[in-house]
Amino acid sequence: MTTTTSESVTLSQLQRLEAESIHIFRETASEGERPVLLFSGGKDSVVMLHLAAKAFWPAPIPFPVLHVDTGHNFPEVLEFRDRTVERLKIRLEVAKVQDYIDDGRLAERPDGTRNQLQTVPLLDAITEGKHDVVYGGARRDEEKARAKERIISLRDEFGQWDPRNQRPELWSLYNTRHRPGEHVRVFPLSNWTELDIWSYITEQGIDLPPLYYAHERDVISRDGMWLAVGEYVSPRENETVEQRTVRYRTVGDMSCTGAVESPATTAEEVLAEVMTSTLTERGATRADDRVSEAAMEDRKREGYF
Amino acid sequence: MSTENRASLLRIATAGSVDDGKSTLVGRLLHDTKNILVDQLDAIERVSQSRGLDAADLALLTDGLRAEREQGITIDVAYRYFATPARSFILADCPGHVQYTRNTVTGASTADALIVLVDITHGIMEQTRRHLAVGALLGVPHLIVAVNKIDLLPDAEEAFRELSGQLHELADELGVLDLRIIPVSALRGDNVVEASQDTPWYDGPSLLSWLENLPDSSELTQAERFALPVQCVIRPQSAALSPEFVDYRGYAGQIASGSVAVGDKVAVQPAGRTTTVERIDVAGAPAEYAVAGQSVTLTLADQIDITRGDLIAEPAGAPSGTKSVEAVVCWLDDEKPLREGQRVLLKHTTRVVRGIVGSLDGRLNLESLAAESVESFELNDIGRVTVRVAEPLFTTAYTQSHALGSFLLIDPQSGRTQAAGMVQDDSVNTPGVLGNLRADAGEWAI
Repeated sequence: MTTTTSESVTLSQLQRLEAESIHIFRETASEGERPVLLFSGGKDSVVMLHLAAKAFWPAPIPFPVLHVDTGHNFPEVLEFRDRTVERLKIRLEVAKVQDYIDDGRLAERPDGTRNQLQTVPLLDAITEGKHDVVYGGARRDEEKARAKERIISLRDEFGQWDPRNQRPELWSLYNTRHRPGEHVRVFPLSNWTELDIWSYITEQGIDLPPLYYAHERDVISRDGMWLAVGEYVSPRENETVEQRTVRYRTVGDMSCTGAVESPATTAEEVLAEVMTSTLTERGATRADDRVSEAAMEDRKREGYF
Repeated sequence: MSTENRASLLRIATAGSVDDGKSTLVGRLLHDTKNILVDQLDAIERVSQSRGLDAADLALLTDGLRAEREQGITIDVAYRYFATPARSFILADCPGHVQYTRNTVTGASTADALIVLVDITHGIMEQTRRHLAVGALLGVPHLIVAVNKIDLLPDAEEAFRELSGQLHELADELGVLDLRIIPVSALRGDNVVEASQDTPWYDGPSLLSWLENLPDSSELTQAERFALPVQCVIRPQSAALSPEFVDYRGYAGQIASGSVAVGDKVAVQPAGRTTTVERIDVAGAPAEYAVAGQSVTLTLADQIDITRGDLIAEPAGAPSGTKSVEAVVCWLDDEKPLREGQRVLLKHTTRVVRGIVGSLDGRLNLESLAAESVESFELNDIGRVTVRVAEPLFTTAYTQSHALGSFLLIDPQSGRTQAAGMVQDDSVNTPGVLGNLRADAGEWAI
């Protein structure tokens, strides 16, 4: 909160992060021709949308949102997505992985997970929509490769990130220039940590999909995570279905996003848990990042989020 | 730890030469402040073991890219986040090899404090001079030299004293604003988080405790004159909105310096008009008052033609327009050198204009700290230039305002960021290395 001393005002950490994110939105939306915001219904993309709404208030958000739909969504997240775009009166574009699998452009992976399959539909949607500025909710505290990515990240016409050839990012002067066919990914939450996100959700009373809070669910234990049993995950031999009180720390493909056991039913309670957690959110709940030490870097080079 | 306790945020950058243990120091800082989580520590212990190391190699915490792990080096600026009960930190870890100046300038441009590592067994290297010069040029409020590897010398005290003397002398020559020298062993953790028992000859603070107690530089920025570069004009124009906003015309931007209150008189450039602030919205909510660093939207009492790139500022002492910019630049482009007559784009605040490099007025020689005459600036060079621009810019000397005194040079074809620029005003007496780059300095060869 703002505290006024005799002469100067000290901005809180959240106020400074919020101001920076708004600055990034305004700067890049002004320089870009056709921005789009990647919206998954996950907490980071929800916070991003909340900040975008503030940046242009009282005018509506001046760009559409794009959802890359793996086809393995949590139903409550899809419902939340539709409710949110309706409330904010913004246009929703959807790129469906299922369409690509149906017509053979992509093949289902042997393990059945689809996070890695999102790259092609994403890049096609960016090209078709002629989007030159693409907002993503990635944070640098999430992962080592992300720690090295700029706030404005240039992608070539193949959508690739070249970590060895990044533009220096100086002061708060952002350079969004690119050649035809190239685009920039913009990460307004770069400097936020998981703790900042939850503090902000708590402070602002931001609405999230219900699965971020404790609920009863049928789960199995696999690779040290609790996976929801349903259409996309069935118990293998030696795996038993149990009912547990769980919540999700990240929201992704149902087949590879794990839940954690937790009794936290409110943002305040989740915040308290995050403060004392001993595991990173990706380490705890994302099977796709456990593939190798450089799994994220390899996917980013190919044009992933 | 509550949100209130996390109120204070400090941005720091680290710079060092290859092999002086910087990644280890950063790893140590994260580890000893308990900011490494169990799965991260597990992962680096696994990798360290598979490489035959006895202890976890803390450098692996920051070296995340494939090539970095393969070559055992750090490639690019990495950003780290850690917190102690006293403060939160954003750390820009700047590697010190090929693109050393580029990385250090990047990290230092947003830093409240810059930590330069020096290996006590090597003393002051060319890169030490360069890092301190960059810290001085970019006006980083607090410089810290961490003298590392004190565990390697039997008589570290004597070596530390001698090195401290040399560092203070160099810092004075360069015009460093505030220097602190701390003896550390990143490997063992001496004086990094806890004050070491093994350095009875050093009675100063540990690195972390120094960082925790540095004053926040935003106070200084708030004391400057009010300036708001306009990012965009916000006009809802939609009948669906509440009638209150039908005529709303707001000028959005992040306050670069000073503060503003409803009813304040402001000058608008380039329109050259004066008007009154009618309404202030901060992040979507009305406010009476706003300060530097906040993203705001102002509405004004008079209808004035204002667009992106314009400046709303306190009328007294507001910058007047110039079409010739005198500046010191750090050349950061590894593909193309800077030459006279080169066409560039110049981004200053929210305004991008076409420019032509008029003349190269000398390059800084880091050995002599004097200016020398050259035909071109290559990667990592620091020097003085004049740039003519197509439209007026409303600049202030960098030493007076970082926000109104900084700019980028951009290659018009590729869009690459080529240089970090700092506006100079020779009518103001500038001490240190910037003063050496004055257009009328004695060493100047034109």
